[in-house]
Amino acid sequence: MRFRRNREVETRGAEEDGGEFGQNLLEGGESGGVNPAGLEPAGLDPAGLDFVNRDEAGSGGDPKVEDDELERTRRSRFGRSRGILRAPLLGLGRRQRVDERTLEELEDALILADVGLPTAEFLLDQLRSKLRSKELSGDFEELIHELEASIAALFSGEDRELHRSHLRTTVWLFVGVNGVGKTTTIGKLARREIAGGHSVVLAAGDTFRAAAGDQLALWSKRSGADIVQGADGADPSSVVYDAIAHAHARGADLVLADSAGRLQNKSNLMEELKKIRRVADREPGEVTEVLLVLDATTGQNGLAQAREFARAVGVTGVVLTKLDGTAKGGIVLAIRHELGLPIKLVGLGEQIDDLVVFDPIEFAAALFDEGTRG
Amino acid sequence: MFETLSDRFDQIFTRLKGRGRLGDAEVDAVLREIRVALLEGDVALEVARDLVERIRVRCSGAELSKSLTPAQQVIKVVNEELTATLGGESFTLRYASIPPTIVLLAGLQGSGKTTAAAKLAMWFKQQGRHPLLVGADLQRPAAVEQLKVLGREVGVAVYSDSSDPVAVAKQGVAEAVRVGRDVVIVDTAGRITIDATLMDEVRAIRDSISPNYTFLVIDAMTGQDAVQTASAFHSTLALDGVILSKIDGDARGGAAISVKSVVGRPIVFVSTGERVGDFESFHPDRMAGRILGMGDVLSLIERAESVYDEQATLATMESLRHGRFTFEDFLEQLQQMKKMGPLSSVLSMLPGLPKEMKNATIEDRDVARIEAIIRSMTPDERINPVLIDGSRRLRISHGSGTTTTEINNLLRQFKEMQKMMRSSVLAGGLARATKGRKKKGGRVTPSSK
Repeated sequence: MRFRRNREVETRGAEEDGGEFGQNLLEGGESGGVNPAGLEPAGLDPAGLDFVNRDEAGSGGDPKVEDDELERTRRSRFGRSRGILRAPLLGLGRRQRVDERTLEELEDALILADVGLPTAEFLLDQLRSKLRSKELSGDFEELIHELEASIAALFSGEDRELHRSHLRTTVWLFVGVNGVGKTTTIGKLARREIAGGHSVVLAAGDTFRAAAGDQLALWSKRSGADIVQGADGADPSSVVYDAIAHAHARGADLVLADSAGRLQNKSNLMEELKKIRRVADREPGEVTEVLLVLDATTGQNGLAQAREFARAVGVTGVVLTKLDGTAKGGIVLAIRHELGLPIKLVGLGEQIDDLVVFDPIEFAAALFDEGTRG
Repeated sequence: MFETLSDRFDQIFTRLKGRGRLGDAEVDAVLREIRVALLEGDVALEVARDLVERIRVRCSGAELSKSLTPAQQVIKVVNEELTATLGGESFTLRYASIPPTIVLLAGLQGSGKTTAAAKLAMWFKQQGRHPLLVGADLQRPAAVEQLKVLGREVGVAVYSDSSDPVAVAKQGVAEAVRVGRDVVIVDTAGRITIDATLMDEVRAIRDSISPNYTFLVIDAMTGQDAVQTASAFHSTLALDGVILSKIDGDARGGAAISVKSVVGRPIVFVSTGERVGDFESFHPDRMAGRILGMGDVLSLIERAESVYDEQATLATMESLRHGRFTFEDFLEQLQQMKKMGPLSSVLSMLPGLPKEMKNATIEDRDVARIEAIIRSMTPDERINPVLIDGSRRLRISHGSGTTTTEINNLLRQFKEMQKMMRSSVLAGGLARATKGRKKKGGRVTPSSK
């Protein structure tokens, strides 16, 4: 029932924003061949890039199975606390008509989800003006519905594809602060890409943290991807470059490059990262994705992380990890709203299949799960 | 951030000038700003609410201090409340009477447990102890490997095998007894709080080794979820303290205060960098300033309050009101400032100084030269700089060891300053000052022609 209502929201969002694009993407990787190239965002070279969903002929069977699996995982994980969901809010709705206090409680719920004040106020102001213009009747269910829709609408039209290079070896670089789950994300994505028929090489670009390379090596075993490692303390750029050269020589088409976690205010480390990106972009490699991995428990600092990493290495999208815990990851709303970065993937656990395509509708609904505590 | 928060306060308080008490309207407006600042700093919503209420009680109708601007006064109250909440009981680590002293570390994935374990081991070593590290994180690939590398780095042995976490922890403690280590630090796997199996597992570890201390390791960048994480771990493990990691980032670290309020146990250590030595005891006052986004400014406010000579300030303000700002007043101001520390940081805090002056860049060594110039003036010249002609200028330059160009510059700047002072007093809406100046203006203008 809940699910059906979500779909309604989705349809509405799609109408408003011409967001057919988003709808296709919500179906994970199933839409092979459906994506018309014309939907590619302006500024990207259509010849040089390909969509992750447009799988090569012959590999169409496996990824579908894989994606069904992912789909199931996502449903069950996201649906986890659906029952407790908005019990307090709904109780409130039954008791009374929408008034300023209701709106304040909604704002609190957004803040508790780490959405942050500016974006929370932006969303609430939208509701207020719609209430004033009588576009909304003041019915609580309708209000929540509208709020979820406008949250989902923030993400509409976002480019959730993982792009590939046509002419050179595709490099996806993973960046972020310490402990957000970069290495784990790479491991899971490697498995997924291999299942999708791609030949993957992992670049152990985190040469700083003790045993980070070993950790990635275990993921390479689990996923069946090749790995190129340097010595501890080796220049990460050279490790990444070696991995690309290795991939090129072996005819592998995708390099997933790990990098050491770094806090965005450490300018020397950010310079190092810029160098990694520059070097990875040289022949025979081409960096088509720079993915910022963000921990869902992160608070308002997530915005600074996104801003600084984007400034340094041109982040193309966000991977939101650890969404299987109690944290809601609402900061991605602010990141999307204020910086315009797309959210591409979501991590839902430690298992190798716990990585799914970001779904704004589910995300919006989950924001209010157990939303009002205290 | 300090700029914005304190500027916003200043704006709110401009209405307040000339009144003796903080009004309710102003307090409300300021509390709204404080709430925003706390939430932007990731202080948990309910904790922020409590704090704001406590601050309201202390600010409503409070008398205005003479040495601080109203904005600074409120910030001081906020700071005191934050510090009190963060501090409270201080932590003293007591070693077990029968060694080893057992420390258990728990937390979410990626919070920095393994790194904290190694840093803690190093800390114990520096205290003259002989720690053993136990790697009971068998979940994350290569976690034990990481601990072993770090253990080598700090020169502490690491015990682990790949059976199961509870057994490893237990055997680790037995191993410490066997080889005569007096401290055992047990690193556990990161776990999410809603995973009952994993929470049961960490409880089983605790039950099997009965640690003397159980610490929660939490990331300083954590948002609102800090409350849930802390309370879940606290109810499972009965925490003794908290280690706050990654505070070398630019996160404001409101999680610290959230966790402290929920768990009620002290924050014991902070992890301040990627190197094993970057590990310190926790200072509530520094954290308070950071959460508000005001850093060292808070301590400057305190210093300003204690050092600032009220009488001298009043005298200066008095002469300002009469539109007379002389080199004597200027010298007095410089003396006051020098007592407080580096000029650049102090200037911005002086009550009543206009913005233009706050932004002026004055170097400390320039101040010494300015002082020398003023001290080479006669009392008459200091009160009435118009007297200073070419030959006096030469005398002053000889006396102060400066050039006449420097003296000219100072005279010109001083004139600008006088103008600004007058206009700022005017803008302040002090009726008396306005009247005085008008009267004075009426007399002075004709005679200066």
